[in-house]
Amino acid sequence: MVALILIIITSLITSGLIVRMKSIFSGRKGPGIFQPIKNTWVLLRKGIVYSLTSGSITRLAPAVIAASVLIAALMVPVAGFQPLISFNGDFVLFAYLFALSRFMMIIAAFDSGSSFEGMGASREALYGMLIEPALFVLIAGLVIFTGNYSISSIFTLPGKENYAIIFGLIISYIIGNITLIENSRVPVDDPKTHLELTMIHEVMVLDTSGFNLALIQITAYLKFAVFGSLISSTLIPATLPVFLRLILFFAVQVLFGAAIGFIESFRSRFKMNRNQQYILTVTLISMLLFVVILFTKNIF
Amino acid sequence: MIYLLIYLIVTSLIVMIPGRKMSLILTGVTMFVLVIFSSCLAIDVLIQTQNQSFLLEVQQFISPLISCDKLSAFFILIINFTVVSGFLYSTGYLKPYLKSKPVTWIKLHYLALVWLHVSMIMVTLFRNGFYFLMVWEIMTLSSFILVIFEYDVKGTVKAGLIYLIQMHVGMLFILAAFIISSKGYERLTFDNLDFYFLNNSNWPVFLIFFIGFGLKAGFFFLHTWLPDAHPAAPSHVSGIMSGVMIKLGIYGILRVTTYLVSDLAPIGISVIILSAITGLFGVMMAILQHDIKKLLAYHSIENIGIIGLGIGLGIYGSAIGNVIVSVAGYAGALLHTLNHSLFKSLLFYSAGTVIGQVHTRDVEKMGGLIKFMPFTAWAFLIGAIAISGLPPFNGFISEFLIYISLFNGIGSGDFYPLVVFFIAMLSLVVIGGLAILCFTKVFSVMFLGQPRSEYHEKPVEAKKIMLLAKLLPVIPIVMIGFLPFIIIKPLLSLSGSVFNVAQTLPVEAMIQPMQYISIISVSLLLLITAILVVRKSVMRNRMTLAGPTWGCGYSSVDSKQQYTATSFIQEYSDLVKPVITTGHSKINYSDDEIFPGKRDFYTHSDDFVRSRLILKPSNFIVTTLKRAAIFQTGKLQHYVLYALIFLFLILALTFIGLI
Repeated sequence: MVALILIIITSLITSGLIVRMKSIFSGRKGPGIFQPIKNTWVLLRKGIVYSLTSGSITRLAPAVIAASVLIAALMVPVAGFQPLISFNGDFVLFAYLFALSRFMMIIAAFDSGSSFEGMGASREALYGMLIEPALFVLIAGLVIFTGNYSISSIFTLPGKENYAIIFGLIISYIIGNITLIENSRVPVDDPKTHLELTMIHEVMVLDTSGFNLALIQITAYLKFAVFGSLISSTLIPATLPVFLRLILFFAVQVLFGAAIGFIESFRSRFKMNRNQQYILTVTLISMLLFVVILFTKNIF
Repeated sequence: MIYLLIYLIVTSLIVMIPGRKMSLILTGVTMFVLVIFSSCLAIDVLIQTQNQSFLLEVQQFISPLISCDKLSAFFILIINFTVVSGFLYSTGYLKPYLKSKPVTWIKLHYLALVWLHVSMIMVTLFRNGFYFLMVWEIMTLSSFILVIFEYDVKGTVKAGLIYLIQMHVGMLFILAAFIISSKGYERLTFDNLDFYFLNNSNWPVFLIFFIGFGLKAGFFFLHTWLPDAHPAAPSHVSGIMSGVMIKLGIYGILRVTTYLVSDLAPIGISVIILSAITGLFGVMMAILQHDIKKLLAYHSIENIGIIGLGIGLGIYGSAIGNVIVSVAGYAGALLHTLNHSLFKSLLFYSAGTVIGQVHTRDVEKMGGLIKFMPFTAWAFLIGAIAISGLPPFNGFISEFLIYISLFNGIGSGDFYPLVVFFIAMLSLVVIGGLAILCFTKVFSVMFLGQPRSEYHEKPVEAKKIMLLAKLLPVIPIVMIGFLPFIIIKPLLSLSGSVFNVAQTLPVEAMIQPMQYISIISVSLLLLITAILVVRKSVMRNRMTLAGPTWGCGYSSVDSKQQYTATSFIQEYSDLVKPVITTGHSKINYSDDEIFPGKRDFYTHSDDFVRSRLILKPSNFIVTTLKRAAIFQTGKLQHYVLYALIFLFLILALTFIGLI
């Protein structure tokens, strides 16, 4: 339960932090860190405009998208706090719930019959397909490393081994990249772009408004929080006292948000057709980690 | 046996009696009787705790003839279910053809359907090789007649013939394997394998069996008949063939697998690798298809790959002595066999309804159909989510079992098993991702947005009986998805008892995840409902407007400007160019054409197995034989001359003393 509450708290601040970091680096005064949440709150209370072409899929999809990610969050450990649900092989369910949310997102984009939204949907489907191996290779490596089969135990690295912290950093790097790709941030996509032709996530929700748009935004915040929590679990040993863990957890989250803000401020986005190479590179780094784990476990 | 024969004769007569409606109802009733009878037998065998073979002694000269163990029982249930839904669907589907086709042809169609049903059940029951091959042949012939239903459409008969020829090649392989394994015995039976495998090397005979059965199942490089036959066949036939008939190839492989004793590791590894290639190839080709039925046919190949992965893991798990890997692999394979028969028939039925309304199989010409036929659209969506292996439907459960098997292998292995499991896992992940790409494409383009071409008549929802046929598979799809722990226990005992992997079955280790999955599926459903309810209550005081789709300032958006299937997969098809080449027809304009008229334009993807392995050699044979045909002049004098030359040749050879 603590884990879920922490994830929800994190989801309130991460995206605000990113915006704040970007404004600091570009020398603007910028909004407060709760501004994205306030925007979402406003959206929740607004009316909805549906496209004349769209039908029941558009009306159902936002609920499924938000629900599946929220349910996936139930299985995520946070800085040594156990998740609500944990069983052998739950990482498969975790990954496939994300895939379900992606599936609904894509078909909802097509429902309005738009000439733009399919573009984002096409990219989302392809990149989602390409990034999944990275996550699974990482999980396979961790299964070998820890000898466990549930998400809460494989992402809690044993603190006593010296190299665990190094692995933690590499895993954080991989998960960080997966986050950027899953959430379509720079360098894969720029959510602040104003051109439909180059967007991924934003273009898929062009015709979504009001409550539904709020649900999509909440999903995006939750995704940040989920991946941020996974990172915190790999970095913070579960053996530390609760108080220290909480402090470290929030420190990691702030750093995570700041790092994404930093990347978005100083890195330019790729050309669309370079993205596939970038995503495959992440998979390769993940495989490299897998091989290193094989070495440390003397499996060769 | 005798009962089945009587049944066949009676039903064949009933089908042939005059009066269309009467004979149809009676056929349905008799089919139902057989379904009830065989299902009772199957359930009876399935719930027995030991693996007793169910022997029906019939006549003296053919002793233990029919034997029904749990594996057969499982397949009988699958067959019955899909045949019933297919029959219901066919009664609605064939209505428009009543005017254009002679009555006898339609009756022959139903006759073939009955024979197909009976022969499929018999295939699972016979252990005697001779009878097995006989019913196997009946199955092939009756399905051939079913496939060529629309014989007057160009290409149908050719597709049927390709199917018929390839099936006979497959049968040759099965026969060869039977003969090799029964050397020194009176009869050809599966049970000879027991002895043969103990004393001989296992993999050659397994390989021959695998090729024979793999041709039916559609493993990679043996699959080329599938993408031809399914588009040619009526939709209920596609549903039955893809749903259960190709699964009998899987049944054959499983049956042979039960006898394996040695060479398990190389066999397991080769099955895993071949299945991984099958799965990847199937889905990679499927994405590029715009013919909905061809797309579904390639997806059958993909799913055969997933089932094969499970079987391979089962074999390899017993080779390395890992019970969980083995049992979960077999259980995953069996459950996926069941699941695929459910959602694939559902998808084919839905696609058939759509094709019947819009009169094209090209998805690029559909669009917006969810408004005309909501039930069909939702049925297709459920099938699409299930076949992509996504929760909360049944496809996820079987893939989850295979993942459990894989990760247990990864977590407890030496280096070489680890590499095998790792490759299998990676391919399964990629297959899953690609399946999502494929089914989002086909669902969106078919059912969502605006119509992409003008429909000649307004599409309408299918008839009630066809909807019922679609509802039938939906129920177990949802049931297995939400309550997987119910089916998992019989499934584990099935795979444990048939495949001799049981020391103690890891039942508890499997049931616990299933209970959690069930909890999560239900809570997902509740949460979705909750969100929808909250939205409704919030929206009560707010405005809900409808406006045109965002056009970036361009206000007169046309349905032609929608995103198409081709553009949706553009980036993907660039990515797979090294493996699968795609091409398109050239458009030439002459100089004097100021306002170009209408042109045909088409894109195509090249199935390299089909072009290299099947077409190239067969074209070569045809051209060689054509060259030899210069002797065939058609003049009597020449033929007399040939005979004379032949006689002289013999004379000369005898003279020299060569013969």
